[in-house]
Order: sequence, then C-alpha cells, then structure tokens
Amino acid sequence: MTEMTLIEAIRQAMDEEMARDPNVFIVGEDVGIRGGVFRATVGLFDKYGADRVIDSPLAELSIVGVGIGAALYGMKPICEIQFSDFIYPAYNQIISEAAKMCYRSNGEWTVPMVIRAPYGGGIGGGLYHSQSPEAMFAQVPGLKVVIPSNPYDAKGLLKSAVRDPNPVIFFEPKKGYRLIKGEVPEGEFTVPIGPARISRAGTDVSVFAYGMMHYYALQAAEKVAAEGISVEVVDLRTLYPVDRETILASVQRTGKALIVHEANLTGGYGAEVAATIAEGAFTDLDAPVRRLCGPDVPGVPFSHPLQDWFMPNPEKISSAIRELARY
Amino acid sequence: MELTKEQRIEMYWMMLLARRLDERAWVLHRQGKIAFHISGIGQEAAQVGAAFALNRGEDWVTPYYRDLALMICLGYTPREFVLSLMGKQGEPSSGGRQMPSHWSLRRANAVSHSAPVATQACHAAGIALAMKMQKKDQVVLTTIGEGSTSQGEWYEAVNWAAVHQLPVIFLVENNQYAISVPQEKQMAVRSSADKACGLGLEGLTVDGTDPYKVYEVVARAAEKARSGNGPTVIEARMYRITPHSSDDDDRTYRSREEVEEHKQRDPILVVRSRLEQEGLLTPEQVEGMEARAREMVDDAVQFATQAPYPNVEEGTYPVYAEEVRHD
Ligand SMILES: Cc1ncc(C[n+]2csc(CCOP(=O)(O)OP(=O)(O)O)c2C)c(N)n1
Ligand SMILES: [Mg+2]
Repeated sequence: MTEMTLIEAIRQAMDEEMARDPNVFIVGEDVGIRGGVFRATVGLFDKYGADRVIDSPLAELSIVGVGIGAALYGMKPICEIQFSDFIYPAYNQIISEAAKMCYRSNGEWTVPMVIRAPYGGGIGGGLYHSQSPEAMFAQVPGLKVVIPSNPYDAKGLLKSAVRDPNPVIFFEPKKGYRLIKGEVPEGEFTVPIGPARISRAGTDVSVFAYGMMHYYALQAAEKVAAEGISVEVVDLRTLYPVDRETILASVQRTGKALIVHEANLTGGYGAEVAATIAEGAFTDLDAPVRRLCGPDVPGVPFSHPLQDWFMPNPEKISSAIRELARY
Repeated sequence: MELTKEQRIEMYWMMLLARRLDERAWVLHRQGKIAFHISGIGQEAAQVGAAFALNRGEDWVTPYYRDLALMICLGYTPREFVLSLMGKQGEPSSGGRQMPSHWSLRRANAVSHSAPVATQACHAAGIALAMKMQKKDQVVLTTIGEGSTSQGEWYEAVNWAAVHQLPVIFLVENNQYAISVPQEKQMAVRSSADKACGLGLEGLTVDGTDPYKVYEVVARAAEKARSGNGPTVIEARMYRITPHSSDDDDRTYRSREEVEEHKQRDPILVVRSRLEQEGLLTPEQVEGMEARAREMVDDAVQFATQAPYPNVEEGTYPVYAEEVRHD
C-alpha cells in the first residue's frame, strides 16, 4: 500500500495502461511537455513521446472528434478536456457521434475511448472553471459517466474506463486532486464501472453523493455520528448506467435519503436518484427525499462569500442530515 | 495511374447503376412505398472518380448522405440500398435504425455517419492519425457538401490533418446549393478548396461532372498522402439536379430554366456520348448496361419488399459494445 493523492492515482492509471497497451494514447491541450495544467500527465511525455502524448490544437470539438476517429480505427484515446467548463464545443461529437455510434450502426462500429475532464467548484474558478455538467451526460444512453471520489477508485475506475469498449466520460473532482489522499495497493487492480459503493454503513439516514461531495459527506457523517446519528454514505461512482439496486437497498435500510451534489438543483442528477427512490422504495420512506445541491444560478460566482454561498460543504450537509434525522 | 479502357467503362457502369437505383427511389417515394429519399443525382461522376482512385477495401471512407454511387463502388449492393430505403431487417448500415442514405459498411471500411453535417470530417482526421501511428499504407477519403464546409467541425478537421500531415483527402462535392442557400451566401471564396491555403495545405478544384478528371486529381492526392506528404482539399464542382430531398420543393428557390440547363449537361449523358465517340462503347452495349441495371434494381425492390421489418425487440440494442450480437 502507498498513500497517494487523487491526481497521482489518475496519473499512475494512465501510465500503467499506456505501458500495458501500445494503442492507448493521450490527446489534449498542454498535456505534453507541460504535463497538463493540473499536471495529470506529468512525466508521460518524456516516457512515451510526442506521438502518444499529443498536444492538440486548442479546439475541444476535434480533440474528441479526432479521438473518435482513432478509436474507430482500433486505437484507445484518452482525451483530456482541460476543464469540464470547456467541454461544450465537443458536445456534438460526444452526443451525436460517440454515444450513438454503436446503436446507429447496429454494432458495426464502436467507440472505445475515455474523455477525462476536471470538474467542480470551490477553487476560486468563477463561472467558467467550476462547472459540474455531469447531468448533461448522465442522461445519454451509449455513454458511461464515472466520477471517482478517492485515489483507489480513481485508479481502478480509470483503468476500467481505458479497457471499456465504450465511450466513458470520466469527471475528476479537481478540488480533490491534491486534497484527497488515500491508500492505493501496489500492483494490478481495477474497479468495475457500474456498481455504487457503500462507503460508510449506517441506519438512520442515507446520503448519496459522488466526487468531492462524497468526500464532504463522509466528513459530515463523522461529525453527526458524535451526536448519535448513524449515517450510511453511498458513493455513486458510476452515474450512468445507474446502480438502482444499491440506492434502493440503502433506503430500505434507513428510510431516509439525502442527495448531495454541487451541480445546480433543477434537472440535476439528484432528480434521477429521487425518482428512483420514489418509484422503488416509496413504502420504505419515513421522510421526504431531500436534495442539497448548488443553487439554480448559471454558475459558481467568483467572490469568496458568493462561492461559499454556492457550494455545499460538510457543515451544510451535516445540517441537512440533522433535519432529516429529526423528521 | 492511367485508367484502362475497361476501368473507364466500369466507371460509367457504376454511375449508371447508381443513377437508375436513385431514380427508382424517387418512384418508390411517389408510390408511397418509402417515406424518404435524399438523392445523389448529378454527383455520381465525382463519387465514382474518387472511389476508383482509392485502394478500395483497404483505404477508409467517411462519406456523406449523397454518396450512393461512391458506396456502390465500395461494394454496397442495390438490395442493401432498397432494404435501407424501406427500413427493413438486415440493412447493413444500421439495421433500420438510421434514415436511408446514412451509410456504414464495415466490410468496406466505410464508417457510419450521422445527420449533423460535418461530424464525419474529424473522424477522418482521427482515423488518419491512427493510420500514421500504426505506420499503415492507407488513406482516408472524406466527403462533404460545400455548405457544410461552413461548419467549424470541418475547419478543425482540416487543420488537424494539416498540422500532423495526415493521409486524408477532403473531397467537397459542391452541388451549388445547401438546401436552398447558394454558394455565395455560404463563403466568400470562389471554391471551398481556396480555404485550404489559410490552413497550410493544398487545395484543388476540379470539374466534378468528369469522372476521369476527378479520378486523376484524387489519385494524385492519394499518392501524395501515402508517401507521407499530407492531406489535400479537393472541390469537385457539379449541380444538384433534384430537390434537396423528397421533403423539399426546389421551385421555391430556383428556376426551372436553371435546372433544365444543367440537365442538358447531365454527366451520365456526357460520359456516355464521350465513350461512344471514342469507340469504347456502342449504343447496343449501353442498352445492355441499361437492361442489366433495370434487372438489378427490379430484383432489389422485389427482394426488399418481401424482406421482413426488424422485430421491435431489436430496437433495444446495442446501446453498448457489450450488447452487440454477432449472428
Ligand atoms: C448541423 C446540421 N444543421 C442542419 C442540418 C440540416 N441540413 C441537412 S442537409 C443541409 C444542407 C447541406 O448542404 P451541403 O453541405 O451543400 O450538402 P448538399 O446537401 O448540398 O449535398 C442542411 C442545412 C443538418 N443536417 N445538420
Ligand atoms: Mg451543396
């Protein structure tokens, strides 16, 4: 076991997959000699060369579009979008092309590729360096949408994503890149795409979260435990396809559900989790389902107090848990 | 690179077969037997010329919806086309999932494309990037309408190919209209090939009603690409003789006189009389070709009419590569 940061785990996953499979390559802005603006690809340019760690033109659409072409030919691109805020120019290629290719060709063509994108706020990034656009992807059949919350999962899930025969969108909680540390075993392992994980067992309230908010949810659970509230925390990890069984089983145990994400409330991923619970665990509920999300404004504001107002955090999550527990 | 007599005759045959098949699609539409047709009438010469310049079956193609003649040259059969017109089971492009003329033919390295125009251009660049990485002796041909070269996707793809000197031929089929919008409202240059100089690659314009000229230009571009000297933009000039699609009424935006004038210069007629004048074909031989085409088209219509529709259950898959069924 080695302790490492989230971003080190991500880098290690890419390094190992590139060493394992010569068809794996990285393409994105500043990923080469600079090693990425977050330094996720540091060292890989020197190790694998400019042909496998490609500094693309500054154009997201073609980072993904060219990646799709290479994938159709049998390569395994890892496309890096510098910030998820800049993924929209590539939306057409992701939605119209990558997601639909297998279905529309009746399986004649598939698009094995990974699109990595740092997401999330709380880092002083303002409207355009803080976004959490996962819901816009997690309703698109043909894509898999993954968000890791810790180094172990980040490494194991990214390795699975690289080996997956489908397009996988891999959102990385950038605030946690260096903040979130954890044990990662030496040697080969993967974490399957699909299953959610119960990261803390409990009996009073279920909290559903992913990425940075999962990290905060664990802190909140610890805090209220001292007050005698037993919280079960579920790390959703794969947003699409949805692991409905794990969600429902948890609510069946606790009877209360809190969903936390930093993306804005309306039409957010929490709505899908809430609907899943309403459909499948209605009679198990002892309280209304509660969502704690970013407010419905167009983006995370820059100024510190405004950013704090926007972002869910362990305190806000603890309060929401207490309210639910009291209900 | 010089075409033999047999090849020149074969090229005319491909143009003729595509034309008669296309005309039958219009008849089937008028008869209420199919819901939609989008036609390649008037564009066969350029498509056949380009196809013959490829190493068919080895080279790759990312085509667009008017490329019936190109697809026929790649081995797509009349039966397969009429199956797709009728949305019948076993149609090879999509199993009845896509509208007709949204091609895909894996066995011929012809990649599935979608309806959003210009998306296929980036795939061509990506395929070529992969070919270069794998040191393959192949090229990619990608086709597009002149109107669609206004899309950012096209510029990004051409730029990528130019930066990396990729083996791509960007063939623009300039039929002078994008639905109702003429070329001069689409671009300020005389030919879309002129856009190439701004991106640092060669751009050529050719008479797209002459299959042999198109062959020459594309063959040269293919040779250049194969020898590592990068991509070429080629605009082939022609005229869209039919309305945009079976849903369009072109009387609302262009005169009958204009269309009539171009019908007089229909490439099928021009190439035929040229081959007759050169003594390569007799009127009797042409009659024989016509009879053979009629027979093949009749057979295709009969075959497809009797073919079953897909079972509704087939609509559920394959969303992901794991669900692809090989039978
Ligand atoms: C992104 C996108 N916008 C609009 C359309 C609708 N549309 C389909 S074909 C077409 C015109 C295309 O003209 P051109 O590129 O010249 O090709 P042509 O049809 O003339 O061969 C339009 C506007 C589309 N398919 N995709
Ligand atoms: Mg046009």
